[in-house]
Amino acid sequence: MDQTPAQWNDEAARAVIRDHVGEEGPLLPILHALQESFGHVPRAAEPLIAEALNITRAEVHGVISFYHDFRREPAGRHVLKLCRAEACQSMGSEANARRLLDALGLDWGGTTPDGRITVEAVYCLGLCATAPGALFDDEPVGRADAATLEALVAEAA
Amino acid sequence: MKIFVPQDMAAVAVGANRVAAAIEAEARARNIPVTIVRNGSRGMFFMEPLVEVATASGRIGYRNIGVADVPGLFEARFFDGAPHARCVGHVEEIAYLAKQTRFTFGRAGIIDPLSLEDYRHHGGYKGLEAALSAGPAAIVAAVKESGLRGRGGAGFPTGIKWETVARAQADRKYIVCNADEGDSGTFADRLIMEADPFMLIEGMTIAGVAVGATKGYVYIRSEYPLAIRMMRRAIEIAERAGYLGSGINGSAHDFDLEVRVGAGAYVCGEETSLLESLEGKRGQVRPKPPLPAIEGLFGRPTIINNTISLASVPFILAEGAKRYAEVGYGRSRGTMPVQLAGNVKQGGLFECAFGVTLGELVDEIGGGTASGRPVKAVQAGGPLGAYFPPSMFDTPYDYEAFAKRDGLIGHGGLVVFDDTADMAQMARFAMEFCALESCGKCTPCRIGSTRGVETFDRIRAGIEPEKNLALVRDLCETMKFGSLCALGGFTPYPVLSAINHFPEEFRAPKLPAAAE
Ligand SMILES: Cc1cc2nc3c(=O)[nH]c(=O)nc-3n(C[C@H](O)[C@H](O)[C@H](O)COP(=O)(O)O)c2cc1C
Ligand code: SF4
Ligand code: FES
Repeated sequence: MDQTPAQWNDEAARAVIRDHVGEEGPLLPILHALQESFGHVPRAAEPLIAEALNITRAEVHGVISFYHDFRREPAGRHVLKLCRAEACQSMGSEANARRLLDALGLDWGGTTPDGRITVEAVYCLGLCATAPGALFDDEPVGRADAATLEALVAEAA
Repeated sequence: MKIFVPQDMAAVAVGANRVAAAIEAEARARNIPVTIVRNGSRGMFFMEPLVEVATASGRIGYRNIGVADVPGLFEARFFDGAPHARCVGHVEEIAYLAKQTRFTFGRAGIIDPLSLEDYRHHGGYKGLEAALSAGPAAIVAAVKESGLRGRGGAGFPTGIKWETVARAQADRKYIVCNADEGDSGTFADRLIMEADPFMLIEGMTIAGVAVGATKGYVYIRSEYPLAIRMMRRAIEIAERAGYLGSGINGSAHDFDLEVRVGAGAYVCGEETSLLESLEGKRGQVRPKPPLPAIEGLFGRPTIINNTISLASVPFILAEGAKRYAEVGYGRSRGTMPVQLAGNVKQGGLFECAFGVTLGELVDEIGGGTASGRPVKAVQAGGPLGAYFPPSMFDTPYDYEAFAKRDGLIGHGGLVVFDDTADMAQMARFAMEFCALESCGKCTPCRIGSTRGVETFDRIRAGIEPEKNLALVRDLCETMKFGSLCALGGFTPYPVLSAINHFPEEFRAPKLPAAAE
C-alpha cells in the first residue's frame, strides 16, 4: 500500500479545513484530514486553521504539538511503526527494534536519507496476544520477529 | 458453502487477508462454490488465522492457517468439515471457549459484524426493545441492579453514573464511549468494535434513552484503523435501518452517533482529557469536580463510559439484571473479558465470571509462557498496574482482592513475562512511559517521572543502589499523592511492585539502558 500524499498547498488545505468547520469540536478532525491529505501538518497550516476556527495561532500550535500523531515534516515513502509497550517488550520487541534501527542507521522517528522509510514508535496496537506488533503503512503485522521486520524493510521500495 | 476468515486486526496481522484471498482463488480454480464471510475474531488469538466452516453439526475450525496450507485444506475437503492436521473440531467445544461465560462476547466471531440481520438473529436489539418499553427510570434501575462497574479501570458503578446524568437538567446531554484503549495487553474494546459493532451502538443508544441524551461520540484511538472503519460503517447501516437518527426504532427518542479519532496520546484515555480532546483542545486533565456527569462535553451532562461497560448493557436489558449479577465474586458482579497477552502460550480474550485466580488464568487458561520458560511476573491492568510474581497467583480476580495486594484489575489486561525479563528495566520503563505521556499539568508527574528515569539509570549502573532506591520510593510517594490523575498517581504501582517483589534485580549492576 503506497501512500503518496499531495504536496502542501494553501488552497487545497483551505478546502480540507472548510469541510470540517461546521462540526462540534472540529480541530482534531481537521488535523487528521490535513495529515491524511498531505502526510504532515506543517507550520503553514497553523494560520489557516486559526483563521477558519477563530482561535489564536498559538492555540492551534499548542494542540498540534500535544499529540504524538501529528507530523511536522513529511515522512518517508513508507512508515513502519513498531510497538514499544510492555506486552511487545515481553516478546523481545526492543532488541528487534534496536537491530533494525542500527541496520538502517536511524533513531526513533528518523527517515532514511533516500526517503524510503520512516521508523516510528507506538505504544500498543492491540496486537498484544500476537506480539510483537507493528504497523507497516497502516497494515497490521503480528508476531513481528526480527526476520519479519527485515523482510518488510527489504520489500519497501 | 460458508467459510469464515476473521477480518480482526490481529488475525489480519498474522495473514488472514492473504488466507481469505488464497481460499477464494483456490475455490475458483477448483470450481467449488464458496461464500467467504469475514467474521470478527473469537478472541483465541493463539489460533489465528482460525478458519471456520459451517457444517450441519456446527462450525468446524482449522487453526493457524497460512497461505501455503490452503491447497491441502481443499485436498482434505475442509469445506465439508473433514479432518486435517490443523483441524480443531467443533469450535464451540474448544476448551478455551467452552470454559468461558460469554455474556458480552457471545456473538464475537460468530456473526458477520456488519450484518444487521445476523446481529438481530443472534439476539441483537432485544436490549433496546426492552429498554424502550421499560422507560428511562427502569433502565437506570436495571444497570444499577446488575452491579456493573466501569471496565475502563476505575470500577465505578455504572448505574450510579447514569443516574447522576439522568437527574441533571440541561438543554443537551452526551454519551461518550471511551474507546481509547491505550493499556498494553488489552484489546477487548477493539474486539467489540471489530466483531460486534452494533452491540456498542445498541448500548450507547440505550444509555441515550436512559438519560435523555441525543448525541453520542465514540472516541477511538488512531492506532485502531480497522475498528474506526468498522464503527463508521456500522453507524451508517444502523442509521439507514432506523436504529439511529430521529425516532429510533419507531420511538420518540432521537439519537445520533459519530466516531472521533484520537491522536496518539495515552492520557486521552483519562475521561476528562478525552473530553478536552473531543472539544479540540490539548488533552489536559481537568480537575474534578465538576464531574463529567454534571459538566462534561461542552459543559453538558455527559455519560463517559468504557467500551466494554456500554457493550455490556444490551445483555443486561435483554436477559435481565439478575442474570448478570448472579455470577461474580464479592462486589465484582458479572463477567470480565480478561485479556491474556505478552509472553503467553495461549493469548487471547477470556470472558469469565470474577473470582477465578490469577494463577488459573495465567497457567491453566494461558498455558504458561510462549517461550516455554518459567513465568517470572504478570503485569495486571496495563502500564499503571502492578507486577505480580507467581507467589501471588492465588489472588482472586476481583477489584477489591487486587487492591488489597497493591494491584489493580484495570481494563482486564494480563501481560506475562518469562524469567528473562529484566524487572529493573520494566520499572524504569514505567517511569519513562509516564514522562512521555504526562499531560504536563502537575509537577510530580511531569518532573518526578523524568527524575525517576534518571535515578533508575544510576541504579542500573550500580551507583549507590540503596540510596537511589530510597530516592525512587520518595519520588513514588510524591507522585502518588501529588498527582491529579492516575497517570502520575498510579505509575508507582508497577515501579514499587517490581522493587518489592524482585529486590535482587535492583542491586546487581547492569549495563545502562540503551540510549534513546
Ligand atoms: C491515564 C489514564 C488513561 C486511561 N485510559 C483509559 C482508556 O483507554 N479507556 C477507558 O475506558 N478508560 C481509561 N481510563 C479511565 C477513565 O478515566 C474513566 O475512568 C473511564 O473512561 C470511565 O468509564 P467506565 O466507568 O465505564 O470505566 C484512563 C484513566 C487514566 C488516568
Ligand atoms: S498526573 Fe500527569 S497526566 Fe495526570 S493530570 Fe497530572 S500531569 Fe497530567
Ligand atoms: S503492547 Fe504491543 S501491541 Fe499491545
